[in-house]
Amino acid sequence: MSSASTGTGNSSRSSDSTGIGDSPDRVDGVPKVTGAALYVDDLPAPDAWHGATLRSEIPHGRFVALERDPDFDWSDVVVVTASDIGGRNTVALLIEDQPALVPVGGTIMHREEALALVAAPTRARARAALKALRVTTEALPAVTTLDAAFAADVKLHGSDNVLKQLEIHRDDADIEAVLAGCAHVIDSTYETGAQEQMYIEPQGVLAEWRGDTCRVVGSLQCPYYVHKALVILLGLPEDQVVVTQAVTGGGFGGKEEYPSMIAGHAALLAKAAKRPVKLIYDRAEDIAATTKRHPSRVRHRLGLDTNGQLVAADIDVALDGGAYVTLSPVVLSRAILHASGPYRIPHVRIVGRAMATNTPPHGAFRGFGAPQTTFAYERQMQKAARLLGVDAFALRRQNMLRVGDSTATGQVLSESVGSQEVLDRLEDALAQAAPPVPARLGSLRSPVRRGRGLAFYFHGSGFTGSGEERLAGRVSVACLASGDFEVRSSSTDIGQGMLTIFTQIAAQALDVPASRIKLSEPSTERVPDSGPTVASRTCMIVGKLVERACTALAQRLRDFATESSLDASDLSVLAAQHVAQRGELSETCEHESPPGVQWSDETYTGAAYPVFGWAACLVDVAVDEDTHEVTVERCLHAVDVGRAIHRRIVEGQIEGGTLQALGWALLESVPYEDGRVLNPSMTDCIIPTSADAPDMETLLVEVPYAHGPHGAKGVGEIPMDGPAAAVAGALEDALGIAADELPLLPEVLEHLLADAPLDEAPA
Amino acid sequence: MTDWIRPANLAEALSARAAHGDYMLLAGGTDLMVGASERAAPAGVIDLFGLDELCALGRDDDGRLRLGAGLTYERLLADPLVRAELPALHDASREVGALQIQARGTLGGNLGTCSPVGDTLPVLLALDAEIELRGPSGTRRLPVDAFCLGYRETALADDELIVAVRFPADIGRRSQVWRKVGTRRAQSISKVMLAASTARADDGALRNVRVGLGAIAAQPLRARETEAVLEGRVPDDALADIAAQTVQTDIAPIDDVRSRADYRRAITGRLVRRWVLQLADAQR
Ligand SMILES: Cc1cc2nc3c(=O)[nH]c(=O)nc-3n(C[C@H](O)[C@H](O)[C@H](O)COP(=O)(O)OP(=O)(O)OC[C@H]3O[C@@H](n4cnc5c(N)ncnc54)[C@H](O)[C@@H]3O)c2cc1C
Repeated sequence: MSSASTGTGNSSRSSDSTGIGDSPDRVDGVPKVTGAALYVDDLPAPDAWHGATLRSEIPHGRFVALERDPDFDWSDVVVVTASDIGGRNTVALLIEDQPALVPVGGTIMHREEALALVAAPTRARARAALKALRVTTEALPAVTTLDAAFAADVKLHGSDNVLKQLEIHRDDADIEAVLAGCAHVIDSTYETGAQEQMYIEPQGVLAEWRGDTCRVVGSLQCPYYVHKALVILLGLPEDQVVVTQAVTGGGFGGKEEYPSMIAGHAALLAKAAKRPVKLIYDRAEDIAATTKRHPSRVRHRLGLDTNGQLVAADIDVALDGGAYVTLSPVVLSRAILHASGPYRIPHVRIVGRAMATNTPPHGAFRGFGAPQTTFAYERQMQKAARLLGVDAFALRRQNMLRVGDSTATGQVLSESVGSQEVLDRLEDALAQAAPPVPARLGSLRSPVRRGRGLAFYFHGSGFTGSGEERLAGRVSVACLASGDFEVRSSSTDIGQGMLTIFTQIAAQALDVPASRIKLSEPSTERVPDSGPTVASRTCMIVGKLVERACTALAQRLRDFATESSLDASDLSVLAAQHVAQRGELSETCEHESPPGVQWSDETYTGAAYPVFGWAACLVDVAVDEDTHEVTVERCLHAVDVGRAIHRRIVEGQIEGGTLQALGWALLESVPYEDGRVLNPSMTDCIIPTSADAPDMETLLVEVPYAHGPHGAKGVGEIPMDGPAAAVAGALEDALGIAADELPLLPEVLEHLLADAPLDEAPA
Repeated sequence: MTDWIRPANLAEALSARAAHGDYMLLAGGTDLMVGASERAAPAGVIDLFGLDELCALGRDDDGRLRLGAGLTYERLLADPLVRAELPALHDASREVGALQIQARGTLGGNLGTCSPVGDTLPVLLALDAEIELRGPSGTRRLPVDAFCLGYRETALADDELIVAVRFPADIGRRSQVWRKVGTRRAQSISKVMLAASTARADDGALRNVRVGLGAIAAQPLRARETEAVLEGRVPDDALADIAAQTVQTDIAPIDDVRSRADYRRAITGRLVRRWVLQLADAQR
């Protein structure tokens, strides 16, 4: 089943409409547009001091000494160092290797390491105090490239700098022998660069101690991650740490792990200053210090038979993890689990390594490892189609996974496989689309070369492997005396629309108007742990919990009506009656994995994800022959989302993700020199503007997933995965170059074309 | 506290300037506000934004076109005279920043900053503009390259204001082109800018060739060697190739975080070639 995208918003509909699949007004829309929404730096905190961070400024070395300038007036400044930490000096995540503050005598692993913290009544004073701290360091040779990490002349982690190694072996066959027997083998290496999330609101938190309890409010995705980190850092019992999400201006993964660092710093400062402390990064510090998408290198060998049937894939994935383990093992996991693509391939071997370097740790970013490996396998498929002289769509259809097929980990796909549907929709839309209208500025017109590229891909929704089961996320829904219902979850709205979607799901399940649904502030003292807001899991996994909790609550209310002989037609009235007569009523649901979902971390086999989203993206480019500037003239994107709970929000997710992917492909470059970001500003760290956005046509495909709310599955990340490969394929088509690296800046094309110049322009 | 002067007219502005040579001259503020939080506050500010006499637009008695230094890009874009007579400036204005910057940023501010990536400067060079400065001792007029002395360095004295930019009376009859190659489509810092103009003799020969380039050296510059090889010649394919070669010796591009020297050099050559080919085509 698939349905057409309406495209136009439905603005006349009242905001109380909850219809699943409609586009009611966003719950958070008016306060954000009018400026009433309070982001963390807007929160009134008149007594708060301002924090600032002293950073190491060398990529690798030893922290020898810290001294205070005796001529500086320290009377209204607090200084915090590692020795002020009450608990364990770590930013707890997967393992505890990253310190919150490097201790004197300790090792500096990258140039943005925090050595000390200061707080003062004003930002200017805090900054002046930073300058009055004298740091002595001893430099060690640094590892700043993947090659140097592999060479392991300098050892940063173990004996080989491998932060994590993971492997997938589909079968026992000797992959070299199988490849040797293939009619065609395509052997290429692909490289992608770091990418900055560039959320509009830089990171920041406000920390405050009330008695023995530490309270933190911040711009963050995962309140319980921060909670866990603070409990360990501060050495406090769980109930003496309260973490609350403020209105958050974007995350894209960038506010998944780093807020634990900032929150820890602010908490330490607030304790020392005995007053609230705001620690807000400016753009330069944010770009320099916080996480980015992992740079990658993927060698991909693809074997095909003479008919274009895929026979074998041998894939080697290397990620630059940066200085500490952080989330790299999980990013690597998703990278390799997607590396052989949505294809039937009998023989697959995948080896992935996340490597240690002396750069600030790379981390979560929309797609989470999948975009890097998707780029590689779809470039391979484009090359295969070219080599065999077959139609791009046909080659995908011939090899794609369908219901009943199994993935490289042996996961049998039993339902909600939209592979065929997305390709069909894309091809239909292409047949009907008018040719793109070229837009050019300036009076000096250069000729262009045009090309077209296709990418076809999938993305696992929810946590990898047994993640959801281990996490056992919970959601509560409670009746309030007013007749409203309060949904309590730790999911955060970071601009993606979660508040609106949960409101729709709850209103529908309780059969009440949307105005009856209140979403509790995501604060660890008020909501259960529903898991982090990551991994395209919020709507599908947590949204399902909302639905189940509401359905159970509705049943309890109906039972109450029967027992008390009350009219059960309006659950809101019943809820108020229940609270008045019997006190609060609430329901809590915990995640249950659908039957048959089995995964083994030991062998890397089984159901890697509960379900996959499917997508196909087609891009037309025009390349300026003189300057090699690339214009994406058209982008068609068909995405199987299971079910669009809120049509306009889903379309927005797809368009935004697509533009972010096009930016990664063509514009976004984060150059490093000795482990330092060279362009830490919005002026120079280029992301696309609306003027760079192509004409985009989003085609919603809905192949429902039985265990998602109303059939929904993940949509947040999938649009990020494929467009870059489509762009690179289009550039190959236009210019005849092997576009195997990202970003494909005009300077890169210039370089690639130097080896294979264009012929004189056709008339 | 910073002293703030908002003069009511040009005379007041000039006397404030003469009295306070250390005060900051503020027009749209779109250059000055960038990084303002990193700098010490100025002793005072003379706020020129919107001052009527700096927003004049028209023809002087000598037939030359006059654009007041206080004109915003938005005003330039809306003006039919600019569109008809100064199409290269019109096109350049459309690509400065985006709408918000175009509403505040001014011609005078672009000149005052004199950045190697100031977008109007190559245009003014290519359109033979002169800069009108006024101070206590009167008015002086300088060609653009006598005004822009180096990297963010101008000939403006500390008692003078930039009042206007003037263009030759026949500028509208010269063929003009503009091309900005930037980091993206809007809010973009230029990697290379080419502005050029030329008159044509009856036989098609190029006369008064002007080639202005930006982002390819420490300051915007005229490609004088290139102008020389084109002057008086009838454009054809061979001339296009010669010009493309020559211009690469006129410039001194660098590697920086926005682009690479070899790319800047290569595309400057190709864009100049394209321009000459376009002139040759117009001929046919
Ligand atoms: C987001 C953004 C995007 C931008 N994009 C571009 C771009 O694409 N291209 C580009 O070229 N620039 C760009 N700029 C820079 C800036 O907008 C332009 O240089 C603009 O023309 C500056 O004009 P202003 O009036 O705002 O100057 P201001 O900031 O007010 O002043 C700049 C300088 O000129 C001096 N000055 C101003 N008027 C006079 C006068 N009458 N007499 C003497 N001195 C004077 C000032 O003292 C100061 O030194 C951008 C800036 C921003 C913030």
